[in-house]
Amino acid sequence: MSKQAILGAIRRSLGRDPRDSYLAQARLAEHPRGIVPERSRRDRAGQLALFQEQAEAVDATVVRLAALDEVPEAVADYLKRHNLPGDLRLAPDPELEGLPWADKAPMLTVASGRADPEDPTSLTGAFAGIAETGTLMLHSGPQGPTTLNFLPENHLVVLKASQVVGAYEEAWARVRAAYGPGALPRTVNFVTGPSRTGDIEQTIQLGAHGPRRLHILLIEDEPEAGAGEEGA
Amino acid sequence: MDSTSRSFKDNAKTALSDAQLRRALDNMKEGFIAKRAKAAAKLPEFEALRDQARDIKNHTLENLDAYLELYADKVEAAGGTVHWCATADEARAAVVEICRSVGAKTVTKGKSMIAEELALNEHLEANGLVPVETDLGEYIIQLRGEPPSHIIAPAIHLNKEQVASDFRARHTEFPAERQLEEPQQLVAEARAVLRQKYLDADVGITGANFLVAETGSSIIVTNEGNGDLTQSLPKVHIVVASIEKVVPTLEDASAILRVLARSATGQEFSTYTTLSTGPKRPEDPDGPEQYHVILLDNGRSQMLGSEFQDMLRCIRCGACMNHCPVYHSVGGHAYGWVYPGPMGAVLTPSLIGVEEAGHLPNASTFCGRCEAVCPMRIPLPKMMRHWREREFERHLAPPAVRAGLVMWVFFAKRPELYRFATGLKAMVLGALGRQRGRFAWMPLGRGWTAHRDLPVPEGRTFMELYDERQRAPVRDGIVRALRRGPETERRDAAGERDAA
Repeated sequence: MSKQAILGAIRRSLGRDPRDSYLAQARLAEHPRGIVPERSRRDRAGQLALFQEQAEAVDATVVRLAALDEVPEAVADYLKRHNLPGDLRLAPDPELEGLPWADKAPMLTVASGRADPEDPTSLTGAFAGIAETGTLMLHSGPQGPTTLNFLPENHLVVLKASQVVGAYEEAWARVRAAYGPGALPRTVNFVTGPSRTGDIEQTIQLGAHGPRRLHILLIEDEPEAGAGEEGA
Repeated sequence: MDSTSRSFKDNAKTALSDAQLRRALDNMKEGFIAKRAKAAAKLPEFEALRDQARDIKNHTLENLDAYLELYADKVEAAGGTVHWCATADEARAAVVEICRSVGAKTVTKGKSMIAEELALNEHLEANGLVPVETDLGEYIIQLRGEPPSHIIAPAIHLNKEQVASDFRARHTEFPAERQLEEPQQLVAEARAVLRQKYLDADVGITGANFLVAETGSSIIVTNEGNGDLTQSLPKVHIVVASIEKVVPTLEDASAILRVLARSATGQEFSTYTTLSTGPKRPEDPDGPEQYHVILLDNGRSQMLGSEFQDMLRCIRCGACMNHCPVYHSVGGHAYGWVYPGPMGAVLTPSLIGVEEAGHLPNASTFCGRCEAVCPMRIPLPKMMRHWREREFERHLAPPAVRAGLVMWVFFAKRPELYRFATGLKAMVLGALGRQRGRFAWMPLGRGWTAHRDLPVPEGRTFMELYDERQRAPVRDGIVRALRRGPETERRDAAGERDAA
C-alpha cells in the first residue's frame, strides 16, 4: 500500500512528526471564515436585488412571484413565451408536486422523478441562493435528483427569498445546521447561469452540455424584507 | 505522456512559422487579459483575497500529511475508496482495475490535467477501453489525436474552420451539406454527439480542482456541465487528483474559488462548481454506485521542503500563460509536455527532471507578468531562476553558454574591471559605428544581428553618465530646493485656494 510511503515521504520532506495533526484538526473543527466581500453585506432587499442582478449578468433569467401558488402559471407562461414543449419534469419534492398544476396550468404535462434523457424541461427547488455572484446552491437527496440540474435543456428553479444569503460562507452555515458538522449530501451543485463554453475561438456559446436556459422563480416568502438578515 | 521538451527550441521554431497557430494565438492575447483585469477591478477585496489564498495553501502544505489522512478518513466514512498512488504507473493500474471490476467498455472523461499527466487515454485504449473526452475543447483535440495546448482552454490553438473540418471528417452520421460555419453550430453538433456517450458510459472519470478535508469531498469547476454529466450518469465515478489539491475546510475552498474563476476566465464564478462526497446514498434517486479517488503523488512529495514547494500552491487557472509573451508566441504544444507556460516551465522539470525539461525555465523573458497575475502569488520567475541554477550546476547547459557565464561572472565580481571593460566596449563600438549608426554584423553577435541591426552605442556607458550627472547636480539640487522651499509652499497654498 502506497499510503504509508506517500505520507512518509511528505513527512520526511517537511521534517514533521506523524502525530502533528492538532493544527489541522483544530482548523477543521473551527472552520474559520476569512475575508467576505463587502458587496454581500446588504439589507434583505439589497441582497435580493444583488442576487437577481448577478444572475442576470450571466444569462439566467429571474421572475419574482408573490407566492408559491403562482409557480404553475409562471412556468406555463415561460414555456409558452419561449415556444417550448409543455412537458415538465418536477423534482420529487412534495412542495412542488403539491402545487395546483391541474388548475393553473392544465396545458402542461407534469411528471416527477429523476431526469429522463428526453425531458425538455425540469423544475427543481434550491437549498440557497447566494447574492455575491447570483449563484444557486442545489443538492442531491430524495427530493433533488442531480440529473434534473444537467440533462434537460431548460432548467427552472424555485428559490424562496428566505433562502437567499449574502456570501458562500452563510450558505455553508445553513448546510451545517441542516446536515451536521463535516457532513454533506452526496452532491452539492453551485449553479451560476446556464451552461456555456468558450472552447471555439473563445466566443461564449450557451448550452454546451448542460441547460441552455436557466430560469429562476424567486418567491417573496418573507413578510417584510429588511428583517432578520445574517449577512449585515 | 511522452515529453518533447528536449526539442523545445525546434518546437518553438515550427510554432512561430505556423500561420494557423499565429491566428489562433493572436485571438487569445486580448480576451483573457482584459477579462481578468475587469473581474479583478470589480472586486475591491481581490488583492487581499490573493494573499489569503496563498496563506491557506501554505498552511495546508505545511500540514499536508495530516490533512490528507483526515481527508481520506472522511471519503471512506462516506462510502468512497481512496487509492494512494505514489507513481503514474500505480495510478494507471488502479484506474484500469476499477474499470475491469465492473466490466466497463466506454469511459467518459471530464477535463483533467492529472489524466493528461498519466496519459490515461492511451493506457485505457491499450487495455481495450474506449475513453471519450466530454469537455468540448478536449473532445476536439481527442478527435485530432493532439494533446491540450492550454490547461483551461485545451483547443485554443485551433480555429473554427479546423474544428468544422474535423467534425465533417468524423461525424459521418450527419448530412454532408450541413452548415458548420458558426461556433453555435459546432457546439450544437458536439452536444448531440456526446449526449449519447454520457448515457452509454459505464465509468465516468473527472479530475478535481480541490479536495476538502473537512467533508471528504472532491470539487470540480466547469462551465459546460460536462463534468457533472460525466460523474452523475455512469455507475462508477473515478476522481483522479494529486495530493496538493487538498484544502482544509469548505470556507477555505470558497475563499480560493473567489480568485480562481476571476483569474482564469474573468468570470465572477464559473457556471458549475460541484462537490461530490461518496457514492449514491440509499435514498438518492440518481448518482454513481461507486466513488473512487486516485490520489497521486508522482514526485510532488519531493517538492515539499524544497525551493519548489511554492509551486504546489498552483490552482491551474492558466493566468500565467494567458499573460506570458513567450506562450503568446509559441503556444502550448512547443513546451512539449502536459503543462505549458510559466507554471509548466517550473513544474515540468520537477516532475520529469531538469535533464528532460531544462529548456523550459529558459523560455522566459523574466518580464514578471506571470507572478503579477498569479492568484496564489507563486514566485514563478524566481523558481525558473532556481532551475537555471540547477541546470548550470549539473553541467546541462551547452559549453558556449557555460563559458560565457563564467566569463561574465569573472567581470561581474570585479565592478571596477567590469566598468572599465564595458566603457572600453562602448567607446570602441561607438567610434567604429558612428558613420552608419548601426551594425549589420558583429563577431559573437549573430544571435542578434541575424534578425535585426544592432544600434551603435553613443560612446559612454550609463554608469559614466550617471556619475557625471549625479555629482554636481545633487549638490546644486539640494541648495535649490532649500532656497525654493517657502516660495513653493506659498504657491501650493494659493493653488488650494483657487481650487476651492
